[in-house]
Order: sequence, then structure tokens, then C-alpha cells
Amino acid sequence: MALVETSEAAGPASAQSGYWSGVARRLVRDPVTMICLGIIVALILSAVFAPWLGLADPYKGSMIARLKPLGTEGHLLGTDEQGRDMLARLIYGGRLTLFIGLMPVVLAFFVGSVLGIVAGYAGGITNTVIMRTVDVFFAFPSVLLAIAISGALGAGIVNSLVSLTIVFIPPITRVAEAVTSGVRALDYIDAARASGANALTVIRVHVIGNVLSPIFVYATSLTSVCMILAAGLSFLGIGVRPPEPEWGLMLNTLRSAIYVNPWLSALPGLMIFVTSLCLNLLSDGVRSAMNVRD
Amino acid sequence: MLSYFLRRLILVLPVAFGVSVICFLLVQIAPGDPLTAIMPVDATAEEQAAMRAAYGLDKPLPVQYGIWIANLAQGDMGRSIATGRPVAGEVFGAVQNSLLLAISAAVIAFPIGIFLGFLAGYFRDTLLDRAVTAISIAGVSVPNYWLGIVLVIIFSVSLGWLPSMGAGPGGSQDWGWDWLHIRHLILPAVTLAVVPIGIVARTVRALSGDILTMDFVQALYAKGMSRFDVLAHVARNAAATALSVMGLQLGYLLGGSILIETVFNWPGSGFLLSNAIFQRDLPLLQGTILVLALFFVAMNLIVDVAQAAIDPRIKRN
Repeated sequence: MALVETSEAAGPASAQSGYWSGVARRLVRDPVTMICLGIIVALILSAVFAPWLGLADPYKGSMIARLKPLGTEGHLLGTDEQGRDMLARLIYGGRLTLFIGLMPVVLAFFVGSVLGIVAGYAGGITNTVIMRTVDVFFAFPSVLLAIAISGALGAGIVNSLVSLTIVFIPPITRVAEAVTSGVRALDYIDAARASGANALTVIRVHVIGNVLSPIFVYATSLTSVCMILAAGLSFLGIGVRPPEPEWGLMLNTLRSAIYVNPWLSALPGLMIFVTSLCLNLLSDGVRSAMNVRD
Repeated sequence: MLSYFLRRLILVLPVAFGVSVICFLLVQIAPGDPLTAIMPVDATAEEQAAMRAAYGLDKPLPVQYGIWIANLAQGDMGRSIATGRPVAGEVFGAVQNSLLLAISAAVIAFPIGIFLGFLAGYFRDTLLDRAVTAISIAGVSVPNYWLGIVLVIIFSVSLGWLPSMGAGPGGSQDWGWDWLHIRHLILPAVTLAVVPIGIVARTVRALSGDILTMDFVQALYAKGMSRFDVLAHVARNAAATALSVMGLQLGYLLGGSILIETVFNWPGSGFLLSNAIFQRDLPLLQGTILVLALFFVAMNLIVDVAQAAIDPRIKRN
């Protein structure tokens, strides 16, 4: 909310500082968004560089050091039900969790944008076929659809990616179609067509630039749900397979320990919560910085 | 009104058809032979062929779909591969338990969400508004299966106030409206309520905030109407949209309770679904998904019609 005011105070953008530098300036001035961005970047970096952080082996357990509490000597965050170091597993766990939590939205962004732009630009029968198919997928609550496809395909990283991508293509297609239809009706598109440009050229030159940012903003708002769903699939046992470290799976296997060491077993879920909260706030921040109203 | 209902109903039919095709295809995308789960390893080729014919798996896909739909129309959803019992009976028993959970969560979530959202919308840009916004963002960001575990840690493990699993004493599956059963309902219902509280609060905040800045509100105040009566007008204007959001949320609660049912061992459709997945019981998986999705479609239809009944402007578009 404060962002809108700063954008007005900033005045009209000069020729050098275009729209995007204005967006960046507004983002930098928003402390909540910057903190969330910092946390997400830190999580991604620590996950990527986990092998060089001097952590314990996330796969190596010890029968005598099981379920050590937080703050144990040598195990800052304790150990899990097989005596594996929790800190190492939580950091390594970020690799798969973030990958499966974010990748489907990226994939769905590409597929959904193409489908939506084609449907919105072409109109007619093409539009009807694409959009009525999309409608059918809207008949499933997203959790149910993800579980149905993953449940049928079976556990595995690729299967999770496939099912979650399918879940997020329809909403992105719908938004892309709506924005594209709006742009399609504007005069300059008619002008471009009248000048003899073919459909592909018109889409490439005149449509994409005007529709991608609202689709992108919408897609960022889906990342938090996707994280929760991805970890949820692993939590149910139809996502990542053991012994891979993954937050949802860790949350599941540690459930047996809630009577022994309750707060330890809540840690992986806390990671999911923090990540999804930051993704949500980041998406809200980007949205208001870009002045996109919902 | 009736014609509007009929028009909407006609629009629903192709969607319902699509849903049935997707549910049918679910079994086809599953890797492996659906019969391997139940056939002995040393079954001969003839025995396998006989079994295949008995389940109709030897016919071409469109024919299989036709047979499946024809049976469905008679309430026959096939038999569970794991237990051999009719899928329909298992699904409807479980859906009743899920519905109980979903409605309880809605009864908790909707009044709280409306109240919080309205407070935030009325006191826009105050500390109260920020607090409600924070609550609703946290509500939509929390992985509710984790929240369920945290609530179990607090109220079952540490305090020992409420049971951590099941729907009744001694793992009983028969529901009764007494304290012994209701105490089992509290934790899962509260857990399930958190996400819709966030969503409803966010929607009502935006709605009431926007409506309060409209000219007609000023006009009502100007003609001397009391604050309370003005709010009644605002509520009436917000009702149609708020109702549609809540109707969708009820559908999500039913379809999305699988994770919560797993956490609390609640004997509902989600629990049935996870059993079906792990026993590779595809007819049961198919049947459960179909019933839940069709319920969601029906819910959408009801919401649309109710919305049009409240707000006549919608019918004209």
C-alpha cells in the first residue's frame, strides 16, 4: 500500500529510467519484499552450495544418535529418526523441495502462456477448444488434481513435476487468454494487421510484450501454493522417495517422533511455511511495484 | 430464475463429461498392469486373459469408457481391486465423513473470515487492517498438514486435551453427536479452517473496502441513515461475491482435505484415496476422485444460481 504512494512521489519516469527501473526502485524501497527476497535467495544459495558448506553427510545415520534434541553438540538442530544430522538434511532438503516447488510454475508459465495467447489471439474455434478443455480442469480442486495424477502415476520426482505442471497450466492459460483477448481488441493490433503483418509477427512484436508481465505476476502468486502442494505430495508418500532429503517427506517420517521429540519433528514444516510465506509476500510486493491490480 | 438455472445446467454437462473422461483416463496413465496387484505371480496366460476379460480390460478404450459410463449411470462404479467390495458403497461412506469435516471447518472459518475481513475493510490502513492482512497472508501460506501436526503437538502431546487421531473413541468410524466424537473433530476442523479464514478475510476486506468508498454510501449517510443500517446495505452489496468465494471454498475443503485426513487418520474420502493409491487400487482411486470432482462441479452450479438469486444484475449478463 505504501508502494503506491512512493510510485506517485517518484513522478513520471524519464526516458532513461523506463518502466522496469521504476519497478526495481519501488521494490528496493519495500522492506518486507526485500527481506523475503533475501530469505528466498539465501535458501536457494544454501541449497545449491550445500556440499561446500562443511555440513554433515545428510544420508549417513547413526543408530545410537537418533532423535537428539535441538542444540546437541555437533548437531545444532538435532538428529532425525535415523540419526542423520537435521541441519544438513534441512539445507540439502531445500534442493529438491525448492526445485519441485518452483519448477512446475515455470513450466506451466511457458505452456499456459502459449496456450492462452494462441486462444486469445486466434479466437473462434481454437479458443473454444482450448478454453473448454481448460474449464474441465477447473472442475477439480488443485489439491485433488495433483494427488489424482500423482497417485495414478506413482511416486517420483518427474511424476511430481508432471502432475503439478498439469495443475497449474489451466489457471495460467485462463489469465493469459483473458489478457490477450483484451489486447487483441485494441486498435494498434488492427493497425498492425492492416499493415500486412502475419499473426506470428503481430503476436511476437505487439502482443507478447503487453501480456507477459500480467501473466508473470499471476504466475508468481501461484508459487506459494505450488511449494505447499509439492511438499504435500512428498508428505503423502507420492512425491520424492526416501532416503532423499525433502521437507515434506522429512515431515512425514518424523511424525513418528512427535511423542519423543515434538519440536524437532515440526522443523521441516516450518521451512515449508517460511518459504511459502516469503513467496506470497514477494509476489504481493512485485504485484504492487508493477501496479497490477487484481 | 428457472430458465437461468436450466441454462447453467446445460453448460455444466460438457464439464461433467470432461471430468468423467479425465477420471477414466487416470487409470490409463497409471504405469503397469492394474491386475498385477491381485494376480498371483505364477498365474498362467489363460488365467490372466480370463481375469482381463472379467474386468473388461480386453476391449478398446472408447468401448471401455462407454461400459464404465453406462454402469456409472446405474450407480455401479466397479469393484475395489483390493477388497472386492463395490466402490460406490466405500466412497459414499467416506464422503459423508469428509463432508462432516468440511462443513465443520466452514462453520468455523466463514464467520471468522467475514468478521476479520469486514473489520479490516472498515478500518482500512489502520493497525487493525495490517493485523488482519498479516493473519490472512499467514493463513493462505501455511502448509495446513504441518499446522495439523503442530496443533497435535500442542493440544494432544503437550497438553493432552484432545485426541490426535480418528473420528471416535477406539477408532470407531460411526459418527455420533456427543462429546466423545466431537472432541475428535475439533483439531482437524480447526486445521482445515485456517486457509479459508485467510481467503475469506482477504476477499471481504477488498469487497467492503471498495464498497465503502462508493458514492451511494455517502448518499445514505447524507440522508441521515444510521451507521448500522448503512452497513446492512454494504453487506448486501458484498453478499453475492462473498458467497461465491465461500461456496468454492467449501468445495476446496471437501476435495482438499486429503492431507488433513492423513494427518489425523480421519476416515474420510482423503483417507480412502491414500489407501487406494498405496494399494494401487485404481477403480477405488477413480471412483473417489470422480465423486469429489462432481461434487465440486455441483457446488459451483449451486453457487452460480444462488449468486444470481441474490444479485439480479448477474442474471442479465
